[in-house]
Amino acid sequence: MTLAALEITPSYYLVLAAMLFTIGSVGVLTRRNVLVMFMCVELMLNAVNLSFVAFAKALDDITGQVIVFFVLVVAAAEVAVGLAIIVAIFRRRRHATADDLQALRG
Amino acid sequence: MIAAAVPIETPSVDLWAIAPIMALVATGVGIVLLRALLRRHAAVTPAAFGLSIVGLLVAAGLLVRQWNLVRDDGPLTSFAGLVRVDPFAVFLGIVVVAATLAGVLLSYSYLRREGLEAPEYFALILLSASGMLMMTTANDLIVVFMALEVLSIPLYVLAAFDRRRLRSQEAGLKYFVLGAFSSAVFLYGIALTYGATGTTSLTGIATFLSQNTLFEQGTLLMGLALLLVGLGFKVAAVPFHMWTPDVYQGAPTPVTAFMAAATKAAAFAAILRIVTTAFPQYRDDWRPIIWVLAALSMLVGAIAAMAQNDIKRTLAYSSIAHAGYILMGVYATTSRGREAALLYLLVYAFMAIGAFAVVMIAAPSPDDAKHSYDDYRGMALKRPILGGLLIFFVLAQAGVPLTSGFIGKLEIFGSVAQAGETRDYILLVIGVVSAVIAFAFYLRIAYTLVTAPDDEAALESAYSTTPRRVDGWTGLVLFAAAALTLVIGLVPGTFIHFARDAVFF
Repeated sequence: MTLAALEITPSYYLVLAAMLFTIGSVGVLTRRNVLVMFMCVELMLNAVNLSFVAFAKALDDITGQVIVFFVLVVAAAEVAVGLAIIVAIFRRRRHATADDLQALRG
Repeated sequence: MIAAAVPIETPSVDLWAIAPIMALVATGVGIVLLRALLRRHAAVTPAAFGLSIVGLLVAAGLLVRQWNLVRDDGPLTSFAGLVRVDPFAVFLGIVVVAATLAGVLLSYSYLRREGLEAPEYFALILLSASGMLMMTTANDLIVVFMALEVLSIPLYVLAAFDRRRLRSQEAGLKYFVLGAFSSAVFLYGIALTYGATGTTSLTGIATFLSQNTLFEQGTLLMGLALLLVGLGFKVAAVPFHMWTPDVYQGAPTPVTAFMAAATKAAAFAAILRIVTTAFPQYRDDWRPIIWVLAALSMLVGAIAAMAQNDIKRTLAYSSIAHAGYILMGVYATTSRGREAALLYLLVYAFMAIGAFAVVMIAAPSPDDAKHSYDDYRGMALKRPILGGLLIFFVLAQAGVPLTSGFIGKLEIFGSVAQAGETRDYILLVIGVVSAVIAFAFYLRIAYTLVTAPDDEAALESAYSTTPRRVDGWTGLVLFAAAALTLVIGLVPGTFIHFARDAVFF
């Protein structure tokens, strides 16, 4: 089978998106560095963006592509606030891993 | 060529539909502008406080107007079906605005006392409240998502607002990471639902599902499950509750009060609207999920609350249990169930705000950090009115007759009992068992407040900080919350009718 015979359907993108989303969510749940956890959340959001675009292509509907812009805006706002909180903690603690944040428990 | 182009048809836009939201956004932006103009002028925080009260009152007035409008003329749909103003939305909007007003009033003296005075605080609360109002009227999954973010992002900052206190920052960070995670999950749910149905409109999804049979159900069911997981995080239903105790404990107490009362109302608005409007055909698929969430929330909330040694943490676990009761109303799927859930959200808002208001004003140590039972021992003996109020609010949350909590639980249990299948009765039994367990820790709080330490010297030192004066605004909130909790308990008729009018979408 030659490479040209391989037709890339939207399903390929959906499967890739599902894999990226899984990697992102596993990362949030297992990594201990707050910045890395944060990057994993971004990975999840972008995986969803990919599936929105793939669905939009499959359904031949523009809505899915428009949604991506909303998601990008939201992600940018989240980055601004999230990094500010991380910086505020970093100023006091000099490092930012989730294991250090243990004042609240019970 | 250009002349021949078809003019773009713009959807009809009725600004009345979003007038309360615009009032809050305008006030929030106005406060930020005020800060930029006045800079470090001494009057900037009082001005921001006054402005936010005015904005909230305007929003409340507009909501009352909308209530009369939609009750007489039927629901108002605008912005190409993205926004739907119906009695349901207006009812929860009123709950949100009332809770926000209480949160703002509580904050003023608190910020001064903790040395955190900043006008941005009020802007953040108002912007968060505008997101909650947007959530109650959202008729499209994308609007729900945007509203979820608009309400959450200011809350992350508010939870971390006390810059000097590490616990507050830790609360903000935990809320942020788990909140962003749950938003991403919710968004993936939207993507899969969109992929399966080709639309994100709630009514559009329902229409599509009633006219077509899906060739394969997997995508849609996965999407529905992820939507429920995302919203389960926001309402703090078990097993998505891990953040709740930490955030409620670490956040500044007025923020906790606001978060407990208002966020719950907004998130339940989204849950009720999504499952009832968009997925009525799939009720056999989502009802078991809600059943499990409700049962786990009630049991885990009540049992875990017993093991706590901190009043704010205990109240956080009790809010998880309350989310379980409200989920029972969602599970019932009838209009009676929706009415019970709405009424419960209303009464819970006032009980929670009242309890957190007392905790805020009576906190024994200066920097809002010590809330353990030992710190509160004998409080009611030294400050009978405040202690009595806290006992009243926790007993109301426990569901003692003659308080609103009793009426709320009665309606919820009644709505589930009406359905009459075996698994309904099982859920009912779990609810009652949970209520009994919950009584134990509510009574423990009450007992702690009225027992004196063994000897006089210990009593002197136990609750010994200089008594903090209750300022007028906090007094007003305490009085209003206590009065409403009592009045709804004594004459529930008006409020039940109010909730009954609001169940129609």
